[in-house]
Amino acid sequence: MCVDRTSLHAARERRLVWPLWIGLSLLLVGGLAQATPEIQSWQTAKGARVLFVAAPEIPMLDVKVVFDAGSARDGDRPGLASMTASMLDEGAGDWDADDLADRLENIGASLSAGVDRDMSAVALRTLTQQPALDTAVETLAGVLAQPTFDPDALERVRRNRLIGLRQQQASPRSVGRKALYRAIYGTHPYASDPSGTPESIGALTREDLMSFHRRYYSTSNALIAMVGDLTRTEAEALAERITADLPVGTPPAPLPEVSDLTAGSLEPIAFPASQTTILAGQPGMRRGDPDYFPLYVGNHILGGSGLVSLLMDEIREKRGLSYSTFSFFMPLARSGPFILGLQTRNDQAEEARILMIQTLKRFIDQGPTEDELTAAKKNLTGGFPLRIASNGDIIQYLAVIGFYHLPLDYLDRFNDRIESVTREQIRDAFARRVHPDRLAIVTVGGQTQRVSLASER
Amino acid sequence: MQRRFIPLLFLSLLPFGVPAAPAVYEHQLANGLKILVKPDHRAPILTSQVWYRIGSSYEHGGITGVSHVLEHMMFQGTKRHPSGTFSRIVAEQGGEENAFTGRDYTAYYQNLASDRLEVAFELEADRMRNLTLGKKEFAKELEVVKEERRTRTDDDPQSLVYERFSAVAYDASPYGNPVIGWASDLDQLKVEDLRAWYRLWYAPNNAILVVAGDVETEKVFELAETYFGPLKAESIAPPKTRGEPEQLGEKRLTVKAPAKEPYLLMGYKTPSAADASEPWEPYALEMLASILDGGDSARFSRDLVRGRQIAASVGASYSAFERLPGLFLFDGVPAKGHDLDDLERAIRAEIERIKREPVAESELERIRTQVVAAKVYERDELFHQAMQLGLLETIGLDWKLAETYVDHLAAVTADQIQTVAKKYLNSDRLTVAVLDPQPLDGRSRVTTPMSLGGHGNVR
Repeated sequence: MCVDRTSLHAARERRLVWPLWIGLSLLLVGGLAQATPEIQSWQTAKGARVLFVAAPEIPMLDVKVVFDAGSARDGDRPGLASMTASMLDEGAGDWDADDLADRLENIGASLSAGVDRDMSAVALRTLTQQPALDTAVETLAGVLAQPTFDPDALERVRRNRLIGLRQQQASPRSVGRKALYRAIYGTHPYASDPSGTPESIGALTREDLMSFHRRYYSTSNALIAMVGDLTRTEAEALAERITADLPVGTPPAPLPEVSDLTAGSLEPIAFPASQTTILAGQPGMRRGDPDYFPLYVGNHILGGSGLVSLLMDEIREKRGLSYSTFSFFMPLARSGPFILGLQTRNDQAEEARILMIQTLKRFIDQGPTEDELTAAKKNLTGGFPLRIASNGDIIQYLAVIGFYHLPLDYLDRFNDRIESVTREQIRDAFARRVHPDRLAIVTVGGQTQRVSLASER
Repeated sequence: MQRRFIPLLFLSLLPFGVPAAPAVYEHQLANGLKILVKPDHRAPILTSQVWYRIGSSYEHGGITGVSHVLEHMMFQGTKRHPSGTFSRIVAEQGGEENAFTGRDYTAYYQNLASDRLEVAFELEADRMRNLTLGKKEFAKELEVVKEERRTRTDDDPQSLVYERFSAVAYDASPYGNPVIGWASDLDQLKVEDLRAWYRLWYAPNNAILVVAGDVETEKVFELAETYFGPLKAESIAPPKTRGEPEQLGEKRLTVKAPAKEPYLLMGYKTPSAADASEPWEPYALEMLASILDGGDSARFSRDLVRGRQIAASVGASYSAFERLPGLFLFDGVPAKGHDLDDLERAIRAEIERIKREPVAESELERIRTQVVAAKVYERDELFHQAMQLGLLETIGLDWKLAETYVDHLAAVTADQIQTVAKKYLNSDRLTVAVLDPQPLDGRSRVTTPMSLGGHGNVR
């Protein structure tokens, strides 16, 4: 059953600052009896860290295995981490791609691999009844430890990736996002897009992928998150099986620090579109940043709370300039970006861009009002149960907490820490951390004349 | 006040040991508002959804997009809750809210902590009958919708193909119009059009209220009576829908837009669950879509992406649950070294194979397993469960189909799949659209008729 989601603000974008959960969700009692989530943590025999939440209500299991192997580890081969991940389910051990697809889908399981700047992650969802569970886990273990990087499959995946990259070149938002990251990060590994470039994808060899896999897919570099209908004993056994064939390896050295921008920039990219996509950004904050909560709550008010944010009010609600406008911090291992954006009809692009930056400046100068802060706190704390209600939510949070070494009791304290943020802390943090005169700005569009070639045929 | 509780037991198909899914309870207010409650106490949250039987398929030429613009205006205030306050109230309660418009429905929802249902009911009841629809707010919101149209359709080549394809595929059916409306209709839309539309369709006897989550059924019914009970019913005239005449031969079109890769979209006229001559036909069509495209082990991935490597991507889709007859869709992007012609031929060959050879029992068994598993996973998604109930009711089907759906699919035979393929997937019922990529630098390129495999023109 599909829905035409011609809806209000799909602009909520990705929830890039992940809220954390308090974990009462797994109790049958409901109401306000907030209990501590039972996040259990241990290490496998080979040293992989495990975070587990037992969720006995539905006979299903989610597993997410995360490696410190994001695109920031690509070196001079952009797309390496991503292509390695793409090849995992193209063949493993004695199984080819057809076998792997059959094994999983014959039991109603699904497996996916993905890469962002910090991590490579492989996710499995399966029923917990047998033989489904054993088959799914055996398949996951094989895919992680014994991918074959079949040469024919690699050429096919490479060709299709190149087509995907060409499609991205026709998307103003993809073009803008890639240009913005380059402008924000310069020579830092976060500058390049995880999907790679046509040149680098074209040049990758099978040996590149195999050696990336050997180097990074190891237990000392792995975090296993699990949520599902298992006992602790069962979960322990399962984590052992998942990691049994992986090497112990060594964790990689920390990524280099990110430098602040020293000057602002504006890069207009001509593009045949009716709208101009405007993106602005600079290095923001890392996971575990001491300013995390003031920046998080402050951004929620500025551009992180959908229809009621300041940007939405100024740009959409008051003036009808854009369907979507937003700001977010995406905390990473190193300073992840702070990004603002919108898209608007070409002839309004300058007005909208100026307004977006002015709104940011005013927020930095004045900070939030007491009412705005109160409303934001109510939204964040009152909505907390929603964000931790499903296994699908919890597995994402477990992966982040584990990967970034956030304390396990962090979640219990989340609402208290939101409540304790003051106007002055927000103003102070934004003044120190956000520099509107040193923003990298990218615009994509402006070429108002639609391509119409009917007469030229 | 009459109450009818209809607890529905979950059906037999689930594997042994899988606990039953929560029951659904039904009740109707005197003013005609239908209420469905699905208690689920796994987490202390709820979703409250109001579904209206109104969408773009109810619209006539000249005012297309009016249902969707009205959806936007539903956030622009009533006398009691002036513009802007609605979203603020929900936000301060920690709620998530949004709305969506489709061809057959317009739906509004709030996701909240489970002790806050009243907030949702108070606001939804108010805007069901008391929307302000101010001129100033309308003028601004119309601009927002035009920007939305640019973002979603005009600047997205594949969306643009879908829009123009639909307009050609349907000769008369309102499914030929885009949900967001044609740009020229948006230009001439007046607030008076919205007022009339609102009066016609926004009433308790044209709505379904669905609540799922950590709630007590009795309490939900009581609250609904308190807030929605006083609302007056309207006399709702069922729309005179223009029917789709039988298609008299294959149709083709080309869409030129700035892009880097071509794209193929094909659609065969098919019945929906609401109008099928044989009740099993829509389920056989859904099974057919899964045989071709139900995962990496299905025929398209196995044969066209991996095996013969004709497609970089290729898909098949069909939705049984629509108010009017729709389309069985295929789409795809050719792999390097192949063109749209190769891809279309390969898709048509797969269709012919279905007609020629019965699908294997192992393929059917795999899909049955996937469908049953999906039903289990779905219990992790409260919002989606509620959505299914509302969707079915708005298209005139019984919500109980949400629970029997799996059984209907599982009962489909290889023979039935062959029968629907032969009956519906034939070229007289087909429309084919191709995207002809135009250069991104805005300059014309030299195009040859052969670059599209000979399909470069509307026939």
